[in-house]
Amino acid sequence: MASTTDHSSPMNRKRSATARSIDNGFVWGTAAVAIAVGLLLVAIALRVGTDALPAIQKFGLGFLVSNRWSVIDGAFGALTQIYGTLVTSFIALLIAVPIGVGVAIFLSEDFLPPRIKQPIVFLVELLAAIPSVVYGLWGIFVLIPFLRPVGIWLNANLGWIPLFSTAPAGPGIYAAGLVLAIMILPIIAAISRDAMVAVPAELRQAAYGLGATRWETIFQILLPAGFSGIAGGVMLALGRAMGETMAVTMLIGNSNTIDSFSILSQGSTVSSLLANQFAEAGGLQVSALMYAALVLFGLTLVVNVLAEIVVRRFSLKL
Amino acid sequence: MTSRLQSARQTDSVFHTEDLNIYYGNFLAVRDLSIDIAKNSITAFIGPSGCGKSTVLRCFNRLNDLIKSFHIKGKIYYHDQDLYASEIDPVEVRRQVGMVFQKPNPFPKSIYDNIAFGPRLLGYKGDMDELVEQSLKQAALWDDVKDKLKAFGTDLSGGQQQRLCIARAVAVQPDVILMDEPCSALDPISTLKVEDLLQELKEKYTIMIVTHNMQQASRASDYTAFFNVEANSKGQRTGYVVEYDRTEVIFQSPKEQATQAYVSGRFG
Ligand SMILES: Nc1ncnc2c1ncn2[C@@H]1O[C@H](COP(=O)(O)OP(=O)(O)OP(=O)(O)O)[C@@H](O)[C@H]1O
Ligand SMILES: [Mg+2]
Repeated sequence: MASTTDHSSPMNRKRSATARSIDNGFVWGTAAVAIAVGLLLVAIALRVGTDALPAIQKFGLGFLVSNRWSVIDGAFGALTQIYGTLVTSFIALLIAVPIGVGVAIFLSEDFLPPRIKQPIVFLVELLAAIPSVVYGLWGIFVLIPFLRPVGIWLNANLGWIPLFSTAPAGPGIYAAGLVLAIMILPIIAAISRDAMVAVPAELRQAAYGLGATRWETIFQILLPAGFSGIAGGVMLALGRAMGETMAVTMLIGNSNTIDSFSILSQGSTVSSLLANQFAEAGGLQVSALMYAALVLFGLTLVVNVLAEIVVRRFSLKL
Repeated sequence: MTSRLQSARQTDSVFHTEDLNIYYGNFLAVRDLSIDIAKNSITAFIGPSGCGKSTVLRCFNRLNDLIKSFHIKGKIYYHDQDLYASEIDPVEVRRQVGMVFQKPNPFPKSIYDNIAFGPRLLGYKGDMDELVEQSLKQAALWDDVKDKLKAFGTDLSGGQQQRLCIARAVAVQPDVILMDEPCSALDPISTLKVEDLLQELKEKYTIMIVTHNMQQASRASDYTAFFNVEANSKGQRTGYVVEYDRTEVIFQSPKEQATQAYVSGRFG
């Protein structure tokens, strides 16, 4: 068109060379950052892998099924820690998922006027901003003393269930799991709420228009439609719970052996093990710790891949 | 629960409004609506955008109740029952007064589950497969989807989705079906299919339809209400019914100048 070269026109339709190069530069810049992040991940995995190599050669896969962690004998196995990591995370999810999704439902519906709802949304998200050492202190000074009688009662009355088969000793797996639940609650609540709010209003209207009640609409339409988002949030939270170090180290008791399935007993997780031992470790122990770190890395990776599969498999096309 | 909604349907008029004024907060959206909707007929609402057609339509199944600022003055009677009386349960109203929306909104579920959703809510005990088939046939969709009832409703074409939504509304065997511009996203062929469908549906149901398509209103409806909108002294644009009559009258010999202008396309 002639007008594109018409300099008397008040519109400038040509893109200047700088505008073009900024555009191109932006594309390359973002690509470079993305690749750098990927490389960083690979570099970390490689470094941890090479450092772990001596332990991998010495213990092989037996590392995963041995619960003996003895610096003196130079015998290392991470079963206790793997078990602790999985159990604390599982307890956390068991508590945090129903509550978090419940909070998300409550805050995504119009039960409350916006003036009251907004501050609550903010407060829930603020839970995520509390440093984990503060959670640890709170657990030591408030939660553990508070739960002590509960633990004693459970052991006395339900002690025949393996889960409660030991007397509570202050810190323990249950305390770590509970505090983890509180720590991941805001992640689940916030992401699930976003997922619920993002469900198109037309679906809600369609359900109401057919004579569905509010609960039928929530449970049969809105939750399934928001499922992939909610599942994504839960998996993110699980990743956080498995890797959380400070609060867990302060609360779990850091025992390197398991002799029962009791959640009232003390235990350790992979990350608490690393935090406890790394500073004074040497030789094969360092390598064993690196191997444990690699295992944690692998566990988180498996969880994330599973999450991706679950989300793909069940996500509903909108 | 024995609701007053379940009592006998004796009268020939399904809905009857008296001096209905509809508000969103302080905003008077529609004023002085007094209208009778005849049983087993198709009533079309026409008029310029923003005159309150959707607002009025959604009063009849109490869907506006979802909007906090919404309230009415005046009365709407449904088979001689006050629709907005405190003892009426809006959920029960919507089980008798179905709705099809402007934008097709199938659930992200299978075609089968889309249709079965309503009947399951109502605890339908009969043969669900048969009900699904029947409803899809009534909506002229059966031949398109009979081999893929497990497929997602959301994967159908726009026109098929809308017919699915009609089938979904029909499946609960309502008394009235409200349709808000059901054909606005459809091609002419699908539109004609839906119009044919309306003629069949009115044997069993009472239908109210909002449309911007004059030909559709004149072809498909028995009665037509022409809405217009006027700004008052405070600058609020309030809608009202200019003329309501048999469709032939509205389109061939309307009493009001404005109606004549609108239906012949010389509006504004
Ligand atoms: N939820 C709401 N809150 C406040 N005002 C609303 C709401 N919904 C609609 N209105 C107002 O009510 C008036 C009527 O709207 P309505 O959607 O009923 O018009 P309509 O005749 O259906 O228009 P269209 O033909 O464009 O669909 C408009 O002025 C609109 O802005
Ligand atoms: Mg409308």
